[in-house]
Amino acid sequence: MNKILQKKKLSADVYEMIVEAPLIARARKAGQFVIVQIDTDWGERIPLTIADAETGAGTITLVFQAVGATTHKLAEKKVGDHVENILGPLGTPTHIEKVGTVVCVGGGIGVAPLHPIAQAMKAAGNKVIIIIGARNKDLVIFEDRMRKIADELIIVTDDGSYGRKALVTEPLKEYCSADPKPELAIAIGPPIMMKFCAEATRPFGVHTMVSLNTIMIDGTGMCGGCRVNVGGETKFVCVDGPEFDGHKVDFDNMMTRLRAYKSIEDEAHHVCHLGLGLEPHAAPPAPAAAPGVKK
Amino acid sequence: MSHEQATKKQLDAAAKTALEPIIAKKKAGQALTAKERMAIPAQAMPAQDAVARGKNVSEVAEGYSEAQALLEAERCLGCKNQPCVDGCPVRVPIPRFIAEIQKGDFKAAVDAIKETNLLPAVCGRVCPQEKQCQLTCTVGKGLKSIEKAVAIGRLERFVADWERENGKITPPAVKKPTGKKVAVIGSGPAGLTVAADVAREGHSVTIFEAFHKPGGVMVYGIPEFRLPKAIVQTEVDTLTKMGVKIDTNYLVGRTRTVKQLIDEDKFDAAFVGVGAGLPKFMGIPGENLVGVFSANEYLTRSNLMKAYDATRAATPIFRSKIVTVIGGGNVAMDAARMALRLGAEKVHVIYRRTLDEMPARAEEVAHAMEEGIIFDFLRNPNKILGDDKGRVIGMEVQKFQLGDPDESGRRSPVAIPGSEYVFDCDTVIVALGNESNPLLVKTTEGLVVDKKGRIVVNTDQKTSLDAVYAGGDIVLGAATVILAMGEGRRAAAAINELLK
Repeated sequence: MNKILQKKKLSADVYEMIVEAPLIARARKAGQFVIVQIDTDWGERIPLTIADAETGAGTITLVFQAVGATTHKLAEKKVGDHVENILGPLGTPTHIEKVGTVVCVGGGIGVAPLHPIAQAMKAAGNKVIIIIGARNKDLVIFEDRMRKIADELIIVTDDGSYGRKALVTEPLKEYCSADPKPELAIAIGPPIMMKFCAEATRPFGVHTMVSLNTIMIDGTGMCGGCRVNVGGETKFVCVDGPEFDGHKVDFDNMMTRLRAYKSIEDEAHHVCHLGLGLEPHAAPPAPAAAPGVKK
Repeated sequence: MSHEQATKKQLDAAAKTALEPIIAKKKAGQALTAKERMAIPAQAMPAQDAVARGKNVSEVAEGYSEAQALLEAERCLGCKNQPCVDGCPVRVPIPRFIAEIQKGDFKAAVDAIKETNLLPAVCGRVCPQEKQCQLTCTVGKGLKSIEKAVAIGRLERFVADWERENGKITPPAVKKPTGKKVAVIGSGPAGLTVAADVAREGHSVTIFEAFHKPGGVMVYGIPEFRLPKAIVQTEVDTLTKMGVKIDTNYLVGRTRTVKQLIDEDKFDAAFVGVGAGLPKFMGIPGENLVGVFSANEYLTRSNLMKAYDATRAATPIFRSKIVTVIGGGNVAMDAARMALRLGAEKVHVIYRRTLDEMPARAEEVAHAMEEGIIFDFLRNPNKILGDDKGRVIGMEVQKFQLGDPDESGRRSPVAIPGSEYVFDCDTVIVALGNESNPLLVKTTEGLVVDKKGRIVVNTDQKTSLDAVYAGGDIVLGAATVILAMGEGRRAAAAINELLK
């Protein structure tokens, strides 16, 4: 079950794996994710992105950054090995419709979950503008695949080693100030990037969807660990999300909650290994460091 | 309860001594009189030392010795009118199984229980017997104390443990295959019961479980110290031996829908036993601070994910000094006692009413008190206070007094104005029950639910959809293992009838 068919290193610690999961491949829609566990007795459950799927082959594509105990273990697996447990697809699928122009912003590994959404938006007849941001050239992933979808593709890096030297918010603002302005923005990446993307579009009144990646255990609405404050209401990322109106999300509270276990993990293992295998370390200033992988 | 606990050894020795004249009398062919039976002392449950057990997750209640079980069984009068059976949601033939214990035939005893209850090792441990079979026991009534009723649950546990520990478990006989397929969604007490009852009739059963391990609330919710997971696994293994297939990591509603299971995967019937599972929060300020958890999350981390063993488990658990648990049910007791075992210095339980109104099982409340859990009755939080890092540092609490009884018959608490006070804590665990998880309902067109999101069923547990049945917490709201099993039995009977 869940045999690994292909494995590729996309950047220093970012991996792409094609895994057998026929039922998930068949059921998944853009915007959904899976929960993965390695070691049924002692492993943790972490949410990971579905970057792509092949219904015919019965496979899904996982993209993850090796930052926590589980993602490190996953990165050590080889083609032919199995991933013990994969549950999915989880979360409410992205609402796909023809709205006009959609600006898709992906930061770091956030480009992976953005991929199926951009694909679906394009297929629905939208003009799709894609902005990819990373700390440096080596951390840019999925460029070719995104180029196939995009009507326009912008790459920005923090250090200017590739594309424009800028943060993703700069081209995003430029598109929002254009006439006509885009109907929709979708931002996926580290929480801080999504927060600033939402702030960038807010003055222009451009509806902005973000996809949150929080601490999660069951992924079915049972534990409430993933709860976030959206427009003053408590929402569960696993069932109500993962996508929310970025203008309403309390990102500061979300980032605080992501750090809940940081001290324990830093102490217990030199490398982190949080409840999720991701976010706590995912709140660095640069978009490229989105260890969080889920979508 | 006294802190001067007798040890398992002492209790066994006392029971052996008390048993001698009874055995002699029976050997002489004389029956015990009712008066003699009533005079036998009620057997206490041996338990781990209250201080020592606060530092481990091993089972607290150690179980009767054989002598204790034999002696306790002699207390049963074998009433013809069987009031205890009327008190049992699945009508276990209680006097009959206890009579088998009196004869020393433990296998016959456990087999008698299994005619109506497939999980005796579980129910013997977690049923609220004092509100069910033992509430109506003639012996308890005669002695004017529920605590002196025949310890039916402990005897049930004894024979179930005896059977398992001696390798005597015999999987129920399975009729020849009918070629009919039944999908059981959820592997908690309701689902496991349905699976067993339907498999016995020769139908092919697949259980779909979202988690990576089967058992539902028995593995993620109820802690190891109250229900060892190896016991649940044994029950699941029995099902597997009966030919039941278990698909873990399978979320019906997302991986496949109920409609797909029936229309495309050709299941002839489906049972929905997905549990309640959407934790209630209080809606008070500070609830999203770091250090506030639903009991579901706290217990799932510590039980299913085994965070109590930090050296091996990858899932972390929050480190706490002062924990406050909100609620008065079994889940609140479990969370409080688990927090203690995870190293909290002080654990408070805050409950709006008083000890008398607490819905938790009496033995768990007693155990919690012995372990040093602090109970703050007639209190309710107003808000949770945090520091500038967004972490819990305290709570503002309101005092209450009991007013008139409400519709449930319980006296409802009324706030005392001006009685608010603040106290320090770093962790808050909310154990106020669950609402219905909307996921399966949302993805199943035509499934009728009530305004609380619970699936509506008829007396056969049938839902608004053809060939789809439901039971357990998704129908009842938060209830007990045994009530879920009762619903499972009814649903299984209806499914077996449907597939005839």
